[in-house]
Amino acid sequence: MNLISDALAWIADPQQWQGGDSLQLLIGQHLMYTAWAVLIAGAIAIPLGWMIGHTGKGREAAMAVSGAARAVPSFGLLILLVLLMGVLHKPEAALLTFVLLAIPSLLAGAYGGFEAIDRKTIDAARAMGMTEKEILFKVEIPLGLPLLLGGVRSAVLQVVATVTIAAYVNLGGLGLPIISGLNLRRFDMVLGGSLLVAALALLLDTLFMILSRWAVPHGLRLQRRPSANPARMLFRKPAPPMQRQER
Amino acid sequence: MIEFRTVAKRYLDGTTAVDNFSLTVPNGKTTVLVGSSGCGKTTLLRMVNRMVEPTSGSVLIDGEDIRSQPVVPLRRSIGYVMQNAGLLPHFTVAQNISTVLRLQKTGRKAAENRAHELMEVMGLDTALAQRYPHQLSGGQQQRVGVARGLAADPAILLMDEPFGAVDPIVRSELQKELIRLQSELGKTILFVTHDIDEAFLLGDQVAILSAGANLLQLGSPSQIIEAPASDFVASFIGAERGQRALSVKQTPTGPVLVDGQGRTQGRLVGADEAS
Repeated sequence: MNLISDALAWIADPQQWQGGDSLQLLIGQHLMYTAWAVLIAGAIAIPLGWMIGHTGKGREAAMAVSGAARAVPSFGLLILLVLLMGVLHKPEAALLTFVLLAIPSLLAGAYGGFEAIDRKTIDAARAMGMTEKEILFKVEIPLGLPLLLGGVRSAVLQVVATVTIAAYVNLGGLGLPIISGLNLRRFDMVLGGSLLVAALALLLDTLFMILSRWAVPHGLRLQRRPSANPARMLFRKPAPPMQRQER
Repeated sequence: MIEFRTVAKRYLDGTTAVDNFSLTVPNGKTTVLVGSSGCGKTTLLRMVNRMVEPTSGSVLIDGEDIRSQPVVPLRRSIGYVMQNAGLLPHFTVAQNISTVLRLQKTGRKAAENRAHELMEVMGLDTALAQRYPHQLSGGQQQRVGVARGLAADPAILLMDEPFGAVDPIVRSELQKELIRLQSELGKTILFVTHDIDEAFLLGDQVAILSAGANLLQLGSPSQIIEAPASDFVASFIGAERGQRALSVKQTPTGPVLVDGQGRTQGRLVGADEAS
């Protein structure tokens, strides 16, 4: 008796791909939660991170908040939010959990990307007569893109792995076979579901790897390869405060 | 013409970068601010394009206080060349050169033509136009930096140790290039350096500064070498040593000049008329 082959047989069984709890439906739910969570978190964290990176203000607060947020256990948060918001708002509570999970990586990627830019480059742009808006859109955002995409990549990975817990509050996703399998002592289901989550994560990671390679500004491609791990940016010692020049 | 009128810059922590400095930078000439690092010379330079606002005093361009002008058009009207070129790494050479033109909404084609024209002026192969800065050598980057400063044909060019980061051979090439350019273009150049030889080579007017942008002596290179205002200036310009301390040595073929290390630097000619 081989668990892996049992799990693969379970995945391959045509029965799993039909009916109300079919695997394609669960994968779809899983991806929907992931996509919405990252999109909403991005809409909040990316502009905020850019603002922090551009002005240099609020860096300490952002660091503290994202550091603390990383330590919050998602499962506990989900249950807490379901209790607080009521069982009728379970989908919202789950989404909020995943959004909160995605924010730290995205925030760090957005402002870390700006902070990694040589201050002299921005100084030169300002001295040439770029407005603050032009500096933001023509210099900081394109040059910060590689690290931002690294942040998006790790946010997606964290969320796609964590969406599994949505099934605990009956919201489906690929956590469903894992949780039902545990209750039924059907370990082929448990492992099959886990394998699918892992495969999904690997697939998305590859997709983002290709995307980030493609999105790096041309002039940077042959140059330094920035670390794809924005966490390193976040917890690195802050650079000595450059004399911020008057605008 | 740029006028510094008793400008000062004090920071909140109590340090004084510039203390009551006054200077007139004449049109069409090269004025060099020279002094050791931290003497406030870069602060002075950056006051001209309002990258630094003086705490007191004022800076005037052609008689008009620059504080009355909006900062963005002011900066676009002044060329700025910095150490290490400060090129935008994600812009091609041509895009870097034409940055200011594009900000001023010059057409793409016209801006590109201007970039190519300036590359030729700066002795850069136009085949480099589509390259990115990191694909160029330090000297080439610096040429691109100067071309970028000249792109919008500004009357004033600010140069902040532009040749400080390249090797001596390339530096000397770039200096010659700048002298040739300046003889053709006649820009009002304000140049900052800590290298006194560079200051004497390039400057029509040289201002020697000590800490706090204290003006020790202002004059042409000849005036300063002939009559250093103080012992400090004399030692700063190296009048007693090295290649500026020349002495006459008689040889069987006539008098020659010998520097402080005893190396023969040249032959003394026309001594009868010149004396």
